[in-house]
Amino acid sequence: MLVLPKKREFNFFIFIILIIFIISLRTPSFLDLNNFMDILNDTAILTMVAIGQLMIIVTGGIDLSVDASLALTGMSVALLNQHYPEIPLFIIILISITIGLLLGSINGLLVSQAKIPPVITTLGTMSIYRGLVFVICKGTWVSAHEMTEAFREFPRRSFLGISNLIFIAILIIVLFLIFLSLTKTGREIYGIGGNKTAAQYVGINLNKINYLAYTLCGGITGLAGFLWVARYAAAQSETAIGFNFQTIAACVVGGVSITGGSGTVIGVVLGAFFIGIVYNALTMINVSPFWQMAIQGFIILFAIIINTIMDKRNQQLLLRKRSFNE
Amino acid sequence: MNKPKALVNKRNIFDLEKIRKINLLNILLKWEIILLFIFIAIIIVNSNLSPYFLDYNNLMNTTFNFIEKAIIALPMMLVIICGDIDISAASILALSSVFMGMASRAGVGTFGLIAVGLFAGLAAGFLNGFIITKFGIPSIAVTLGSMSLFRGIAYVILGDKAFTKYPKSFAYFGQGYIGNTMIPFELVLFVVLAIIFGIVLHKTTLGRKVFAIGNNSTAANFSGVAVNKIRLIIFTVIGFCSGLASILLTSRIGSTRPNIADGWELEIITTVVLGGVVITGGQGNIFGVIISVFIIGFLKFGMGLINIPGKVMNIALGFLLIIAIMLPELLKRIKPKNNI
Repeated sequence: MLVLPKKREFNFFIFIILIIFIISLRTPSFLDLNNFMDILNDTAILTMVAIGQLMIIVTGGIDLSVDASLALTGMSVALLNQHYPEIPLFIIILISITIGLLLGSINGLLVSQAKIPPVITTLGTMSIYRGLVFVICKGTWVSAHEMTEAFREFPRRSFLGISNLIFIAILIIVLFLIFLSLTKTGREIYGIGGNKTAAQYVGINLNKINYLAYTLCGGITGLAGFLWVARYAAAQSETAIGFNFQTIAACVVGGVSITGGSGTVIGVVLGAFFIGIVYNALTMINVSPFWQMAIQGFIILFAIIINTIMDKRNQQLLLRKRSFNE
Repeated sequence: MNKPKALVNKRNIFDLEKIRKINLLNILLKWEIILLFIFIAIIIVNSNLSPYFLDYNNLMNTTFNFIEKAIIALPMMLVIICGDIDISAASILALSSVFMGMASRAGVGTFGLIAVGLFAGLAAGFLNGFIITKFGIPSIAVTLGSMSLFRGIAYVILGDKAFTKYPKSFAYFGQGYIGNTMIPFELVLFVVLAIIFGIVLHKTTLGRKVFAIGNNSTAANFSGVAVNKIRLIIFTVIGFCSGLASILLTSRIGSTRPNIADGWELEIITTVVLGGVVITGGQGNIFGVIISVFIIGFLKFGMGLINIPGKVMNIALGFLLIIAIMLPELLKRIKPKNNI
């Protein structure tokens, strides 16, 4: 039942199609297959990391450090590739996931064991990770010609016209769709976000689940770090700055409740896709990229307000239904 | 069977609350003393690192680097004691600075600029508070969005350009000294504000209400405290103070870029938390925050003296933030529970 899209997601999907229709009226080239593939490629990384962010927001937390850990893993593997070009690619990918898991587990430990509120934890680790990027690269860049071709070309290489990047994003989507809606651990993540006390009484290990959510998000972010650096063929100390807000925007637009407990992978995928369309459309209709940040902030605020109003209405409906039944 | 269990639990919670309060009081009393020791240690280390540190003029001049943040840290203390958080303060500062730049380009004089700066901050803070209290959304979520929105507007207006033309007399607020002394105007302003905030927090009913909201907002609401009204006021105040800090900073550096004060929220929140304000709300003390302002300010000054780059300083700040929050918890675990 949970795998099937809910009513909200369906409405959102219709809304997105409507938006695409309106934009294509103004710029017909928007509907071009190439442009469409561009949008998918652009949103692939956002979708992946937003799913990690979803897991954390669902537990009632938030991860502001995703952009910094993405940059740190990206820089680490880029430097590795630059200095030891003989290391095969799949090892590099494994290393990036491992570094990501490690960074995520530090967040997880601080939140679950040291009981530091997630915002503060990740605000702190954000600046630590971001500072470490600067330390390991000593303020320099790793640019395209310093990377091996296999490294650089990996996200772009395509099979049946679909790039590796999109394949990996689809893989992550499917994996986490199954994990979050069909496995016991996945349901427990929703459980602790919905009602902590109740979850504890049912016997869910709060600390373990919290730790797991941050660590898994770290793993996805690590992989995304490699893909980011390879795709843009550049690693620098400012890589992906502000990306954490994009992932949060994708989540709240996709209907994830910021207070935790509800939100679906499908919703987040649609949310990320929506943001991708908006950014792409802005460039298509020649709006300066300086608008992106303001629009993103507006989208976050607007989506959160709409979500809250809808949540309250649903709750009232539920109460009315119950009193009617009684 | 359920009922007696619930009763027992309730009593346990009550006892635990009592124990925690006694413990926290002890820690709080000691926390400021610990901070004072850290402060002295930093002064000793710094004066050993550089012979120029303990110079009166240098010390006075280095306050320019952190007083603007300190002025936002004061209302941030109220926000955090209330159990809320505001991560958009630095973005409000940027927005307010951009509006002042626009006004200045339109030929507005110094006093007009101040009015614009203060009003922009006030309006932005009010907007935050309004959305938070009207819709009942957690403050972290709202300020997360408005952080992006406010700085985004600054980018929309300025792009990659900068406002650099400000009236000559405007420079006084961020660069001037009191009379012929070496005491910066900013520092005096901070001292005045600190006294006002200290009195409001510790000596007025409003202050008591703030603590009550932070401890248990539902209970405070039922006791007749206008919870949402007070939260709205506090968010407006932090906006206003961000506008004030914006005037000082813009006047000091004499220009506005959209990335002005980028990342300040980290340092401001670190200052407040290191000052002993409990991040979950309900506990805090003005003296701790004031000592913490100078600890972080002089620590960064010292790191600057030995040529540590700003980004590496941020690593230290991040660690400081996490350690400052972990310490009370750790102290509680280490301390024997014989003072019940």
